[in-house]
Amino acid sequence: MGADGNGEIKYTLHISPGKAEINYFKDLWRYRELFLFLAWRDVLVRYKQTVIGVLWSVLRPLITMIIFTIVFSKLANLSSNGAPYGIMVFAGTLPWQFFSNSLSDSGNSLIANSHLISKVYFPRVIIPASSVIVSLIDFLIAFLIMLVIMVLWYSFIPPASIVLMLPFLALAFFSSLGLGFLVSALTVKYRDFRYIVPFIVQFGLYISPVGFMSSIVPEKWRLLYSLNPIVGVIDGFRWAILGDVSQPLWWPGVAVSAVVSTLLFVIGFGYFRNTEKAFADVI
Amino acid sequence: MSDYAIKIENLGKKYIIGHQRQNGYKTFRDVLVEKAKSAANLLLHPFSGVTGGPGADDYEEFWALNGVNLEIKAGERVGIIGRNGAGKSTLLKILSRITDPTSGDIWINGRVASLLEVGTGFHPELTGRENIYLNGAILGMGRVEIKRKFDEIVAFSEVEKFLDTPVKRYSSGMYVRLAFSVAAHLEPEILVVDEVLAVGDAAFQKKCLGKMEEVGKEGRTILFVSHNMAAIQNLCSRCVLLNKGVIETVGTAEKVINKYIESSSIEAKISIGDRLDRSGDGKIRFTALTLRDENNCSVNSLICGKKAVLSFSYKNNTLVALKNLNFTLGIDNLTGERITYVGSEICGSSFSELAVGVNSIDVCVEKFPFMPGRYGFTIYCSVNGVVADWIQNAGYFDVQPGDYYGTGKLPPSGQGNFIFDYCIYAG
Repeated sequence: MGADGNGEIKYTLHISPGKAEINYFKDLWRYRELFLFLAWRDVLVRYKQTVIGVLWSVLRPLITMIIFTIVFSKLANLSSNGAPYGIMVFAGTLPWQFFSNSLSDSGNSLIANSHLISKVYFPRVIIPASSVIVSLIDFLIAFLIMLVIMVLWYSFIPPASIVLMLPFLALAFFSSLGLGFLVSALTVKYRDFRYIVPFIVQFGLYISPVGFMSSIVPEKWRLLYSLNPIVGVIDGFRWAILGDVSQPLWWPGVAVSAVVSTLLFVIGFGYFRNTEKAFADVI
Repeated sequence: MSDYAIKIENLGKKYIIGHQRQNGYKTFRDVLVEKAKSAANLLLHPFSGVTGGPGADDYEEFWALNGVNLEIKAGERVGIIGRNGAGKSTLLKILSRITDPTSGDIWINGRVASLLEVGTGFHPELTGRENIYLNGAILGMGRVEIKRKFDEIVAFSEVEKFLDTPVKRYSSGMYVRLAFSVAAHLEPEILVVDEVLAVGDAAFQKKCLGKMEEVGKEGRTILFVSHNMAAIQNLCSRCVLLNKGVIETVGTAEKVINKYIESSSIEAKISIGDRLDRSGDGKIRFTALTLRDENNCSVNSLICGKKAVLSFSYKNNTLVALKNLNFTLGIDNLTGERITYVGSEICGSSFSELAVGVNSIDVCVEKFPFMPGRYGFTIYCSVNGVVADWIQNAGYFDVQPGDYYGTGKLPPSGQGNFIFDYCIYAG
């Protein structure tokens, strides 16, 4: 057979207890293609053998949005300070669903791929990270389609400030990733988290300002409320999409959410790296 | 550039068993105790990696590997054998970086691909085409590399027609063929293979072996774990025998395999003496079957194609040497079918007499023609036409694969019980 042709530089690998750290980021780079392949697999598999396929990623937030608009605006008579209530809910539902999908998918991801973990080497962060990426792709598709629906339904012209949602999307991404790392690593050892995560996701929907404005929370509790990183994310999305019309952005809350996301990411990644060597022995 | 491909120094892997299963949680206290203990061990026995005293705590340490040293040169083909639990798979897992060693160092020169399973990461919902890419990536191939070899992989697998069908609709044979084709087209410098040849049908196994040989001839370094002694002998130049986590022997494949088969000859004695479900007048009582090899050494199992001796120990309970005997042996396969009959009268060997006391009757076969597997036997002996001892299903013996034809190959398993010498001519 011919030459290998992959142009890989010959190198000496040293395996020793605790030695894995040194090659860690080099390996992460070497396995970037596997990362993409796993994400690609999850995207492909996600809607296989469904009739409407990727439409599910739009249908779920759309239905949630309609129900929340009816329940909170019409029945509970909550105000959106003049902004169309539907758009307000739309700006809350999508980041929330991104966060909750990432969390539940990445939390289970290591267990779901246990056959890979016990048979093949690769940096394990690839697995939960690719779950988050898949949720992100879902989010982007849903966001674009929902935006079109909003524009048509409410004759709403999105302002240029909509690009400001990107930093908030990054915030949601890193908190999802951090929590995803933490929960997936914990689940490997303590299967309790398989039951805890759906529970968090379920009541998180109510304690996050998905169906209502975070301004209805009393002023003195706002800072505490912002410890939930998704509060800052949703507020930021609304601000970016609706401008100051409904509610000016409350920066202290965003700052708290950002700090919490960063902490989550650092702790999650740290815990993951500390435990990942033993995954194959424990899973 | 150094000339070794893999260098292993004082490698150890410890597992903690029992404890974790019982309450599922490892407490902080356990972690502290363990750390203190390993620190103490390191101080007291810096070179040995000794385990903590048994029963020192409420859990047990188990060293799957302990103080393993091995150097493998580039281009060498090394087989690893050993009983279940000897640490073979653990060694491969550490080499593949799936799990971290507890102590020691390994240096590896070159790109490693490890094949601990065929079809790792195959997703049933994805099509054959998609799975080739996915599995290739998982085994460490790049996208470009897979693309380049794609046609070759497909041709080897013989599943062209079903390339766009989800693999969940594949027959298990197609599935395995596709999976192996991907693996077979890896081009690493070092290939680490575990027992993968044990899957699939006979034809597939043959194809695997052929491909492995081909890879070996290209000068790659191969590390191969198998229970198939014939395959190891044929494929590997050197062999390592692991036993309870330590290397027992390293040497030529033939030498190490023989050592492996001898290593537990104590187990080879099957107690027949205690059987009560026997008939006969008891002038003679069979007591045990001992298997022996060409050197008359007691062995655990016989090897196909080698000289074999089935030695039946007996006790003559009378006070005189017994004459006019007929000894017969019936051999059954695993399904209980009688496959052959060995008799002293029909072969014309009339041993003159059975001496008083304990002795043995040996059945000698120059080139043992049994296929690898387990065989049961029934023994019978009559004196002057009167049954002296007769035990149905008295026990069993095992036959290991061997190089019967000098080609390293045997018929696929499941293809009968016997082999023999023959010639095949054209025209």
